[in-house]
Amino acid sequence: MDKIKRQLTSSSKATRQDRIGKLVAFLCTFLIGLLVVSIFYMVASRGLATFFKDHVSLWDFLSHQNWNPSQVGKDGTPEVGALPMIVGSFSVTVLSAILATPFAVSMALFMTEIAPKRGQKVLQPVIELLVGIPSVVYGFVGLTIVVPVVRALGGGTGFGILSGTLVLFVMVLPTITSMYVDSLRSVPGFYREAALALGATRWQSIYKVILRASVPGLLTAIIFGMARAFGEALAVQMVIGNASLLPHDLISPASTLTSVLTTGIGNTVMGTLPNNALWSLALILLLMSLAFNLLVRVIGSKGRLTK
Amino acid sequence: MANIITTRNVRLYYGDHEALHGIDLDFPKNQITALIGPSGSGKSTFLRCLNRMNDLVSGVTITGSLKLDGKDIYSPQTDVVALRKKVGMVFQQPNPFPFSVFDNVAFGLRLAGIKDHKLIQERVETSLKQAAVWEEVKDNLTDNALSFSGGQQQRICIARVLAVQPEIILMDEPTSALDPVSAGKIEELLLDIQDKFTVAIVTHNMQQASRISDRTAFFLDGKLVETGSTKQLFMAPKQEATSDYLNGKFG
Ligand SMILES: Nc1ncnc2c1ncn2[C@@H]1O[C@H](COP(=O)(O)OP(=O)(O)OP(=O)(O)O)[C@@H](O)[C@H]1O
Ligand SMILES: [Mg+2]
Repeated sequence: MDKIKRQLTSSSKATRQDRIGKLVAFLCTFLIGLLVVSIFYMVASRGLATFFKDHVSLWDFLSHQNWNPSQVGKDGTPEVGALPMIVGSFSVTVLSAILATPFAVSMALFMTEIAPKRGQKVLQPVIELLVGIPSVVYGFVGLTIVVPVVRALGGGTGFGILSGTLVLFVMVLPTITSMYVDSLRSVPGFYREAALALGATRWQSIYKVILRASVPGLLTAIIFGMARAFGEALAVQMVIGNASLLPHDLISPASTLTSVLTTGIGNTVMGTLPNNALWSLALILLLMSLAFNLLVRVIGSKGRLTK
Repeated sequence: MANIITTRNVRLYYGDHEALHGIDLDFPKNQITALIGPSGSGKSTFLRCLNRMNDLVSGVTITGSLKLDGKDIYSPQTDVVALRKKVGMVFQQPNPFPFSVFDNVAFGLRLAGIKDHKLIQERVETSLKQAAVWEEVKDNLTDNALSFSGGQQQRICIARVLAVQPEIILMDEPTSALDPVSAGKIEELLLDIQDKFTVAIVTHNMQQASRISDRTAFFLDGKLVETGSTKQLFMAPKQEATSDYLNGKFG
């Protein structure tokens, strides 16, 4: 009797293993969580120092056009207007996404609906290859091909938003395409059958049902592509011209948040205003990627029904 | 009673495998014909010949003659799109599009190029009423069709087919994924619409076949063993295989 009681009340080997497993998983999750929190803390504390320690007004930071943190402007405050970079970043991001989306949609449709077999064989490896190429290579190709072509066709130096957009276009295309392919593949085949059985042509079943059913997936793919474009530093820096001027056209030198960060971070001293101002730029980047993430979640939960 | 669909010596091959061995089956206008038989006997395969859904399966060859209103379904001149508008299909699993109820039912009408919003509205309403689901969805026409119960979804799918005003409706086990109450509602609605439409229904449920169908066809191993009025086939089957099947000896 006692023996049975003891057996029942003490935990079995399986239960103990279960507990250890849970503990390990919990610890790992906790560590990662800690890492994320400390990154946020670090970027935020430095980034906010510009406003709290150096007393730059947030509004001036976001709306002024002169970026020269080591100098004091005419009004007596440091010249830390980030508007040119913010505009630059958004321009290249949005333009490259707009440019890439129709291509991505056509390629994804080709791979899933029009010629699944050939698409699989030819395009899949191409896309995987494009994803794997390091950004410095993209930047280099941009510098030696895209910039001269833009210069020849558009005039100017060839550096600028247009060149940045074109390079980013090639970089986000595989991201958007492969994500959209996944979402097209997850559209159940019976939608296709149902549409055809109702007298839809193949093309009608694609664009009236499958495309429509996969809109949330497409939006998610585009946002991921935009997140990649927004955060890309090296390749953009190599072709955009790196002039902290508010861009007035697509073919004059400009800059993005990331390009200013990568060119500037090595040349400033920790704790000084020029350094803090760069951290503020990094904070904007971080907040933007957070925003992209939230957007994906919102779309995901809204589109749940449609999957 | 005139036959709307006549088929003679229909053979179908999946690659080299002959799945239908010469089927002769006619569908009288405005009657419900039930297709029964054990699993794998070729009921779905035959049904899908009638609206050419088997065209989507690669490696399928079909011989013999299949006629809708006297016109060859498989002639090269046949417009498959027009054929499928005349021969609607309801599937085993409810498969509404992930759109609103209204857009689902209006889908076929918009495909047909109907722009008149009032006409579309009228047809959507009539079809949902015919499909006996209007009362349940009329206040939520803009809700996603997937947010309704399986039985409601299946009736929405039936409404979607009815809206196109087909001549014949093919149903492949339309109630097998549903609870008995929902299945009963679908049986009722079939009886209500049968004077306007011709129905061919595959079912594994003998009671269902006997309750709703005018004629029954018994399939076995890719052959049509026996066909006749439902009463005759159930009360006095001519073939031994039929009576064995009805008595649950196999299948
Ligand atoms: N796409 C296909 N490719 C190859 N063979 C198939 C295909 N579909 C069906 N078959 C074969 O054709 C035969 C008839 O199948 P079918 O689906 O028509 O039977 P069924 O009577 O509808 O059965 P169930 O009652 O289970 O639905 C079976 O032997 C099946 O294996
Ligand atoms: Mg079947």
